[in-house]
Amino acid sequence: MAITNSYIQEKLTEKFGEQVTNFEETYGMLSFESPKEFNLKVLQFLYDEPTLSFQFMTDLTAVHYPNQTGRELTVVYHLHNLVENVRLRFKVFTDINTPDVFTASKLFEAANWMERETFDFFGVNFIGHPNLKRVLNVDEMDYFPLRKEYPLEDQTRIDKDDEMFGRG
Amino acid sequence: MDHHVKLPEGSIERQTTTLNLGPTHPATHGVFQNILELDGERIVSSEQTVGYIHRAFEKLAERRPLYQITPITDRLNYCSSPINNMGWHITCEKLLKIQTPKRVDYLRIIIMELARISDHLICNSIVGVDSGAYTGFLYVMQYRELIYEIYEEICGSRLTTNIGRVGGFERNFNATAFNKLEKFLKEYPKVLKEFGDLFIRNRIFMDRLQNTGGISAERALNYGFTGPNLRAAGVDYDVRVHSPYSSYEDFDFTVPVGKTGDNYDRFLVRDQEMWQSLSIIEQAYKKVQDFKGAEAEVYHADVPEFYLPKKEDVYTKMEALIWHFKIIMGETAIPKGEVYQSVEGGNGELGFYFISDGGRTPYRLHFRRPCFIYYQAYSELTKNGMLSDAIITMSSLNLIAGELDA
Repeated sequence: MAITNSYIQEKLTEKFGEQVTNFEETYGMLSFESPKEFNLKVLQFLYDEPTLSFQFMTDLTAVHYPNQTGRELTVVYHLHNLVENVRLRFKVFTDINTPDVFTASKLFEAANWMERETFDFFGVNFIGHPNLKRVLNVDEMDYFPLRKEYPLEDQTRIDKDDEMFGRG
Repeated sequence: MDHHVKLPEGSIERQTTTLNLGPTHPATHGVFQNILELDGERIVSSEQTVGYIHRAFEKLAERRPLYQITPITDRLNYCSSPINNMGWHITCEKLLKIQTPKRVDYLRIIIMELARISDHLICNSIVGVDSGAYTGFLYVMQYRELIYEIYEEICGSRLTTNIGRVGGFERNFNATAFNKLEKFLKEYPKVLKEFGDLFIRNRIFMDRLQNTGGISAERALNYGFTGPNLRAAGVDYDVRVHSPYSSYEDFDFTVPVGKTGDNYDRFLVRDQEMWQSLSIIEQAYKKVQDFKGAEAEVYHADVPEFYLPKKEDVYTKMEALIWHFKIIMGETAIPKGEVYQSVEGGNGELGFYFISDGGRTPYRLHFRRPCFIYYQAYSELTKNGMLSDAIITMSSLNLIAGELDA
């Protein structure tokens, strides 16, 4: 029996009640969120519950929404039940001043580097991570480059001396 | 297992050696740094440092319209760029709800499977090189060359292909492309057979690869392995079968699986996948030939908002010129939404997580890069093994630095 998105939603609501919200189905994939304190509980439930068993972590990343005060950073998990072949997307929001989220690396080895990457680019502090340090950028870097306050260089800027860049 | 010389009590000599392998080393094919703690030739522990060729693709993508992102995807796994390009275009099509014609799907499959063959060919022949057999590598290179010539006929470039458009291809395949494809289909099976004969039952090769770099299915799944590396451990997960894209459901092929997840099984799985890819290409070519009349000329979907108009029209017609500019500047409307689309890349599930806020560029684009995810396991795979086996393990995982560092 293939599990449907409405079944997953039902199961989660049954277990977590008000704590799981914003269920939506975009392009066939179920997406929902929970408070960040619940992220491990939800992941563990999805992992252990025999009828769900989302035991494969496809992807983990973050998104920065600077205009959502108090919910600036989202950690996005993509999980996959390989047996039933169902995917889902799970989000937790955190504010940017205390971006503490529990690590999923105890549950999924795959999350280890993906969380390091997310820390590296967004500064999400994964509590309990065994080795939370930068992975792609240099250790000396003191900012989180994928946050929206760091725009790429404006290509129309005119204050640069072209001669210095070999275009004179 | 403890064979090394015991030093006298209180000796200040260290029993292990620290070896810095990489970032550039002739034995590692790409920019990888491993700091190894060695006991003789045996690896006690290791630490990987990545990011030497990090180019901030995800940041770059945030200010590029759709078509300017395609060349970025080229530079992920550059051994099979067309798969990345098409994966990206398929992601855009999913967001834009574009339905591609069947002929486009089949042509794409031909190119994607050629790319898979060239990817696996490099990987397997490099495993050969690392275990001391150079001949196979040089022998199969001419067929990778032929594959690159086919790309060249279709898009004009060879390695970083930037092939295709949202909705299809930039031009129809010409007769030369099909002739080269026929030549490939005719000659390559013999070469692949001979390549297999050189290695598969070769005593030395088997001794080097068997029981090295192995991983169990449970660990592989927990580590997020996908693609041939996961299948070698015995899990038959293949994106082409599980979430078919580009009409893969129309094709008849098997998913080869291994058992032990070691280097030898990874080699065998890739070898078998090349045979399957050949069969898929043959089926696809046959289906392409079956189109008659106007259908046989279709090479893109009818989406003027996203498919670039013909160059001669751009130079002569006002409408086409306007569309050309609008598309290049990303001024055509993209719906708001979040999509995740994955394709079976050369070395695993290549995913695109695309968040659009309706602007001209993605709000956020994340690449699920299989290499990055399974390089984490390298430390575990090589622990207590020989240094020379670790080199083979690195090759047989098909680690591509460009994809790893994004």
